[in-house]
Amino acid sequence: MSRLLALLLALLAGVSAQAAEIGQVQADKSRLSFAYTQMGVPMEGTFRRFSAKMSFDPARVPSARASIEVDVAGIDTGSAEADQEVKGKLWFDAATHPTAHFVSTAVKALGGNRFEARGKLTLKGRTLDTAAPFTFTPTPQGGAFDGAFTLKRLDYAIGEGMWADVSAVANEVLIRFHIVAGSAPAKK
Amino acid sequence: MNAPPACYTRTAIALHWLVAALIFATVPLGVYMVGLSLSPIKLRLYSYHKWIGITVLALSVLRILWRATHTPPPLPAALPHWQRAGSHAVHVALYVLIVAVPVSGWLMSSAKGVPTVWFGVLPLPDLVAKDKSLGEILTGVHQGLNIVLLSLVAAHIAAALKHRYIDRDDILERMLPHRPGGRA
Repeated sequence: MSRLLALLLALLAGVSAQAAEIGQVQADKSRLSFAYTQMGVPMEGTFRRFSAKMSFDPARVPSARASIEVDVAGIDTGSAEADQEVKGKLWFDAATHPTAHFVSTAVKALGGNRFEARGKLTLKGRTLDTAAPFTFTPTPQGGAFDGAFTLKRLDYAIGEGMWADVSAVANEVLIRFHIVAGSAPAKK
Repeated sequence: MNAPPACYTRTAIALHWLVAALIFATVPLGVYMVGLSLSPIKLRLYSYHKWIGITVLALSVLRILWRATHTPPPLPAALPHWQRAGSHAVHVALYVLIVAVPVSGWLMSSAKGVPTVWFGVLPLPDLVAKDKSLGEILTGVHQGLNIVLLSLVAAHIAAALKHRYIDRDDILERMLPHRPGGRA
């Protein structure tokens, strides 16, 4: 909670400094989910606890920034047994690596309301360059960011040992995000 | 009029033994797999269990359609009334259960939020939405129906063996593969 407050304070400080559209992320309206196949069966889960810091002005895309921090212990796979398993050493090792994060390094416009964020994704202590296309939908108070990208879980050693068997749990994981940022205080 | 058939058709016999073999494979598999801790092997066995179960369901529907459209061989005229009635009741219950048991498993799987994809290829629709408490209820239903099914299968086998080795009639023979001059 205090981390979230710190983020929000940093966020508000950013607003006044830049006059860019910076939204306070509405956790209850935002959603971070993942989809994968298990024995050919489509499965889906969510991360219930994450915080995000967004700085985005459609008119000044190159200066946009995003930073998302996920509490991996807040994972919800849909079954208590699996939740317990994936917090363990072979999967996220939540005790050693409690947070996953994404920090943008560059944002570019793709035309229309489509954009692409490039950045560093850190999972289980491993950092790799990644890119996520997203759309931005303005709302009176801010806007909604919607996007998805696919990562390979083994690139981050998520699911080691016996779980490295991708015929049981697929290597490809689709990450979807819906981040609602609102109550931007200074929209010119 | 044709004479009453002396045995079941080849199709009925094949379906009977195929369903029996699959039940004897998937029920012990189900009992074994639930006790395993989570691992790729467990995920694999759950999938195999579901694939076999759905196969039993498909074959059972086929069996019931076949049974409804083909006259079974008559029971021996000397058979006492209570045995005739008991046999009829157990057979009806078995037909119901070979459909109800896999359907309860399918429902349970849907309620637990894990869709069934037959042989990893054919996705089956979720019959109910994901619902944790419904999933737990259906787990109990699936187990309970299995216990009833296994009890009736035991009675069914005991009766068949009694007819074969004690009464020495040809009731079991009607379902054995095949005597010369059998029916298609």
